[in-house]
Amino acid sequence: MKDVIEELQRRRDNARLGGGQARIDAQHSKGKLTARERIELLMDENSFEEFDTFVEHRCNEFGMEKNKTPGDGVVTGWGTINGRVVYVFAKDFTVLGGSLSESHARKMTKIQDMALKNRAPIIGLFDAGGARIQEGVDALGGYGEVFTRNVMASGVIPQISVIMGPCAGGDVYSPAMTDFIFMVKDTSYMFVTGPDVVKTVTNETVTAEELGGAKVHTSKSSVADGAFENDLEALLQMRRLMDFLPSNNKSGVPELPTSDSPDREDRSLDTMIPDNPNKPYDMKELILKVVDEADFMEIQENFAKNILTGFARMEGRTVGIVANQPMVLAGVLDSDASRKAARFVRFCDCFEIPLITFVDVPGFLPGTAQEYGGLIKHGAKLLFAFTEATVAKITVITRKAYGGAYDVMSSKHIRGDLNYAWPTAEIAVMGAKGAAEIIYRADIGDPAKIAARIEEYKARFANPFVAAERGYIDEVILPHGTRRRICRGLNMLRNKTLENPWKKHDNIPL
Amino acid sequence: MFKKILIANRGEIACRVIKTARKMGIKTVAVYSDADREALHVEMADEAVHIGPAPAAQSYLIIEKIIEACKQTGAEAVHPGYGFLSEREAFPVALAKAGIVFIGPNPHAIAAMGDKIESKKAAAAANVSTVPGYMGEISDEKHAVKIAEEIGYPVMMKASAGGGGKGMRIAFNREEVEEGFPLAKSEAKASFGDDRMFIEKFIIDPRHIEIQLIGDKHGNVVYLGERECSIQRRNQKVLEEAPSPLLDEKTRKAMGEQSVALAKAVGYDSAGTVEFVAGQDRSFFFLEMNTRLQVEHPVTEMITGVDLVELMIRVAAGEKLPFKQSDIKLNGWAVESRVYAEDPFRNFLPSIGRLVKYRPPVEGVREGASVRNDTGVFEGGEISMYYDPMIAKLVTHASTREKAIAAQADALDAFYIDGIQHNIPFLQAVMQHPRWISGKISTGFIKEEYPDGFKARAAEGEERRVLASVAAVIDHQQNIRRRKITHQMSGTAVSFAKTRVVKIGDDRLKMEVAGDGHSFAVTMIGPDDALGETISIVSSWAPGDPIWHGKVNNRDVSIMVRSRLNGLTLSYRGITAPVHVFTMREAQLAALMPIKAAADMSKFLLCPMPGLVKAINVDEGAEVKAGDPLAVVEAMKMENILKAEIDGIVKKVNAKPGDSLAVDAVIIEFA
Repeated sequence: MKDVIEELQRRRDNARLGGGQARIDAQHSKGKLTARERIELLMDENSFEEFDTFVEHRCNEFGMEKNKTPGDGVVTGWGTINGRVVYVFAKDFTVLGGSLSESHARKMTKIQDMALKNRAPIIGLFDAGGARIQEGVDALGGYGEVFTRNVMASGVIPQISVIMGPCAGGDVYSPAMTDFIFMVKDTSYMFVTGPDVVKTVTNETVTAEELGGAKVHTSKSSVADGAFENDLEALLQMRRLMDFLPSNNKSGVPELPTSDSPDREDRSLDTMIPDNPNKPYDMKELILKVVDEADFMEIQENFAKNILTGFARMEGRTVGIVANQPMVLAGVLDSDASRKAARFVRFCDCFEIPLITFVDVPGFLPGTAQEYGGLIKHGAKLLFAFTEATVAKITVITRKAYGGAYDVMSSKHIRGDLNYAWPTAEIAVMGAKGAAEIIYRADIGDPAKIAARIEEYKARFANPFVAAERGYIDEVILPHGTRRRICRGLNMLRNKTLENPWKKHDNIPL
Repeated sequence: MFKKILIANRGEIACRVIKTARKMGIKTVAVYSDADREALHVEMADEAVHIGPAPAAQSYLIIEKIIEACKQTGAEAVHPGYGFLSEREAFPVALAKAGIVFIGPNPHAIAAMGDKIESKKAAAAANVSTVPGYMGEISDEKHAVKIAEEIGYPVMMKASAGGGGKGMRIAFNREEVEEGFPLAKSEAKASFGDDRMFIEKFIIDPRHIEIQLIGDKHGNVVYLGERECSIQRRNQKVLEEAPSPLLDEKTRKAMGEQSVALAKAVGYDSAGTVEFVAGQDRSFFFLEMNTRLQVEHPVTEMITGVDLVELMIRVAAGEKLPFKQSDIKLNGWAVESRVYAEDPFRNFLPSIGRLVKYRPPVEGVREGASVRNDTGVFEGGEISMYYDPMIAKLVTHASTREKAIAAQADALDAFYIDGIQHNIPFLQAVMQHPRWISGKISTGFIKEEYPDGFKARAAEGEERRVLASVAAVIDHQQNIRRRKITHQMSGTAVSFAKTRVVKIGDDRLKMEVAGDGHSFAVTMIGPDDALGETISIVSSWAPGDPIWHGKVNNRDVSIMVRSRLNGLTLSYRGITAPVHVFTMREAQLAALMPIKAAADMSKFLLCPMPGLVKAINVDEGAEVKAGDPLAVVEAMKMENILKAEIDGIVKKVNAKPGDSLAVDAVIIEFA
């Protein structure tokens, strides 16, 4: 018996070395951790249980039969994050560059299947160059199997991808179908085809960082939802993220004990809106002062900064926040902002995370660049997403809610549950100046007359009361009581039951 | 007594006066400009009158508007505060004409003390010790040399109408007089339109000590001890204390009696201050008299127990002083810090904007020390560009200087401000400075001790241990809490190792944390894994609280807590330190993380917000000085002037007017 136990230990030790000490050192010298080190940081201490430690590939082409390593380039298993079950796979760059073989794919799909069946989140740590060329079509088939499971699990369990090395091909498509992608700055890249292929095909010279670095994907392409300085920072933030996320679409949101009182008032909010309607203010201040403990985890922080999206808690329970940011482009809705927020809203709706929407929106961004870019359909995505969402929806209008953008931002008309307005709110078709100039076109030539017309329009419509008189706003509230109102509202809506008509699926304008 | 008074001022001093008036049962009227519509003094007063646009010259400085406001509200008297109209002779004259009482000295006294040369003559006539010097007009440099040699070097040549260092030169010998005199004279002409000069003895290592007086309309004048205000930055007082660590009883009496003599000579009948320059040998010389309530008056109030504003109101109403000189006893020590909206790390540039968070320390008496905070702002208020950027005057009082300083340091630790930059790190650094603590100070203190400007300090020794152990406890509390999240797998509860490595700056300290609730023990672990000292920590801090209050080894500690990615930013004793608390394994792996050189952004002018370039003020190759305007960026219909933070040479200009820039776009590169 002792011998076999020793043999197990020997095999385990061997497997844990992955591609060997030299490759581990090489990985470290690039500032990257190994797959097992990453899992250690991600999971609770001693909670990770590895599966398929001894799996090897079965390829006999190109001398591959002599190049076998237990585990075959991916570490899979499960463990806990603050006691909650999470499945994980981590590509092992030290073994054949983490490339995907048929066996490697099987390990992944086994874990994906378990995660879906047992309704727990799955996190993928990517550091891999794509298919193992030697295996040819078997590798492609393997990817297909992984993709299928990504799609089947979508909307049932949270799927998170962390890009921690150079990734291409299938190793970027699978993440693309998960809920969130995070990257590590300077050590991770994502592209469908790398710089060499780009050079060959288009004669364009570009570095990996310029083509698919963290900066590109978090600020330009919006492929990634966030980026971190290094592996450690990224993995600890994934622990933070998981504390916000439900385990599955039926579990409900997790609750973290807090001593932050739901009745906490913040008088400084009563002076947050500047006197001048064209002066910006920082919507993040409102978010930080309203949510529990000023803890707000922003998603897509560096993309379409005119809208803010992210997770926070009210009375310990997760909420999704969507807010126009007047600091950037006056908080206008453009194609990027609409797409960003629409995807976030749909994630929250999938997983029964209540939505809190703070509105200060002057409208949709005009211009050829926007129209040619398909603003109509991108804007419609957000309208569609808010409308179809059946989770609890609470909206607070702080200042402008103009035109169609008013409807879009989780208004009462698209099934908002509680719609509040601050006394500073202006719910109108457009700003007073624009409106007066259209209604009283004849007076435009006379500055005194038009000024009087603008004042007249302002007095009539630049306030929350016209909307409140019609019941489009449930209540005009004092800014300092915003937290209390939202907390009470969320408790009141705890048993909200709303179902959309049966359909195979809807046809959101993609 | 008056039924209603108007305060012709704003900010903390207006609030200060309103407090006393309210205590006396007098109704108050505030005045405000456009920029002060929502200011605290407006909120506190019984009534408020709008007096014009934001610039003081169009509102707070217009006598007619103040008088009109009095008439409109029926205010019988006006308190001018300090600054603005407080020392304008014309103001009490105009008020008197309108039948309104001025809560301050009579106009003759203001006039007599207003001119530097005239006030010196009056002082000399009243046998007040004056700096040896020549009071007459000086015709040319030859005349100047003759006078300088009579007085003896070093000498100071100064414009009669001067102030703020303009038209001022120090000369240590004949050549320097010949050279400096004409320059100072022409500067005086250019700055004040008045080139009259005087010359006086220059005192080496001088200290600024002033006597507080109060007089009534019945010829009584009493002095209320002294204040020392030697800690100054560019002639601006930063810290004040009372009494002065320099003076002995004999000198105090001499200064006080001379001041009273001067006040009596000019018929002084309100609160006023006689300023002296003092040598380290306790020699003292009259500088000037300020015919108003001073900013730093609270330190005098703390050690004498009098309310100067109340006395001013009473004597203005014709009452006699309620005490004689022999009744005045100095009790304990008081220290005042002026908390300013300025960035000590960027050459004290003013920092304006919204006070996103403003949580001053709790006022009142605790363990023998009292804390008083005179302020005119509130959380959510605005520090505007139009007025003095002072946020608050933080005063502490205790039985000894040492204890008052310790209380001041504790109070500064508990002062939380966010949204703008402030000088608390600097004030706290001075509070910890051995030379300040020793009391061997002079007006050159800041220039001598911080010759290259103020730099952040790293945490060391005891401070580092306090910060690290508190960080470890915060992390421990968070760990306990996170493991109480719902939806956990059933079975064995998750445990976590108690050994932690605290990374503070570049240092790593190993420790073990135990405890739960409010009481914790942190045991230091040495490099050889030997257990070291155990620190006991008691605190009721909860996540989200901006300030950690508690006891570290039974000593009261306040630390500002801000969260950062996976860690905390802690501020304590003027030190701001990023702190990360790791498990052993995390610490091992953290050591493998690449050290990324922070991009040197000092060589770039970055666009602070997305906006449109309106103007570029410099060309490639141009030499710029800190504070020079470099570019104008318009964002949200507002023009923002971007200024040089350091001296440098423009290497490359990357933007032109009309360009639309993203945040952090590089506008200018420096060589």
